[in-house]
Amino acid sequence: MALTVWATARLRNLYAVVMLGSIYSLLAAVMFVVLDAVDVAFTEAAVGAGISTVLALGTLALTTSREKTPVRRRLLPIAVVCITGAALIYGTLDLSRYGVADAPAHKHVAPEYLARSVPETTVPNVVTSVLASYRGYDTLGETTVIFTAGIGVVLLLGSWRRKEDDDV
Amino acid sequence: MYSYLVLRVVAKLLLPFIFLFALYVQFHGDFGPGGGFQAGVIFAAGYILYGLVWGVHNAEQVLPRGILRFGFALGILIYAGVGIFSLLAGGNYLDYSVMAHDAPHGQHLGILLVELGVGITVSSVMVNIFYTFATYRRRKA
Repeated sequence: MALTVWATARLRNLYAVVMLGSIYSLLAAVMFVVLDAVDVAFTEAAVGAGISTVLALGTLALTTSREKTPVRRRLLPIAVVCITGAALIYGTLDLSRYGVADAPAHKHVAPEYLARSVPETTVPNVVTSVLASYRGYDTLGETTVIFTAGIGVVLLLGSWRRKEDDDV
Repeated sequence: MYSYLVLRVVAKLLLPFIFLFALYVQFHGDFGPGGGFQAGVIFAAGYILYGLVWGVHNAEQVLPRGILRFGFALGILIYAGVGIFSLLAGGNYLDYSVMAHDAPHGQHLGILLVELGVGITVSSVMVNIFYTFATYRRRKA
């Protein structure tokens, strides 16, 4: 994954960058499978490696496939990236180790979900029951976000005027 | 890309399985991994593959934009409608327990319907975004 990121940063050919992004997503999906987060892996493989690659290629077909060489100096962006990265790594120091049973994430509401999901909803996949039932409002909001994104693209790029265009 | 024989044959072989897998993920999401969002995205990815190989024009004839735009709203309406239904049946908003003769069955039914709504909205939005990007130049020209 580090290799793909390095190559992505070096390359100026945007087609290659899109392909590397797709490979990166696929590797991320494999990583999620290793971490037993199969639902997330599904999403990453389908959205990251599949659909967003196609959309990025479509965008390149509409614009240009060469990245312009930067005219500004590169010191400030590098400094910002380094400081942000250092802060993120510093943040991970406080995280509990992977798979530790007494981590805060396993002690808060998770045991209750695990204990109550099957008797209350008869749904063996706790991820689904949490998403759709216990956190139903959140999922409704997320669906609305996707709806809004679709409406936004349709309005901005104007495919709602298809009929008039056909007449011309 | 219709002229690439290998691509066409492989896509033709894969497509039924992609759609079948999407349906499996949709309706089996309460037993195995997956759910509405994943199923919608997989369905859209399969459909976009069809559009890439056989052309957007053909894809639009199978699934016209009007139906997709209807699908945008239909998914949300199913989701919110389940909430309204549970209100009318005497529970809280999105409380599926009151939707069937006992609470677990109601929860199960509610989750299934809600995931269906999510799947419809996600897949139609994704496919429509693809249409819009793919035909932008044709419409501008």
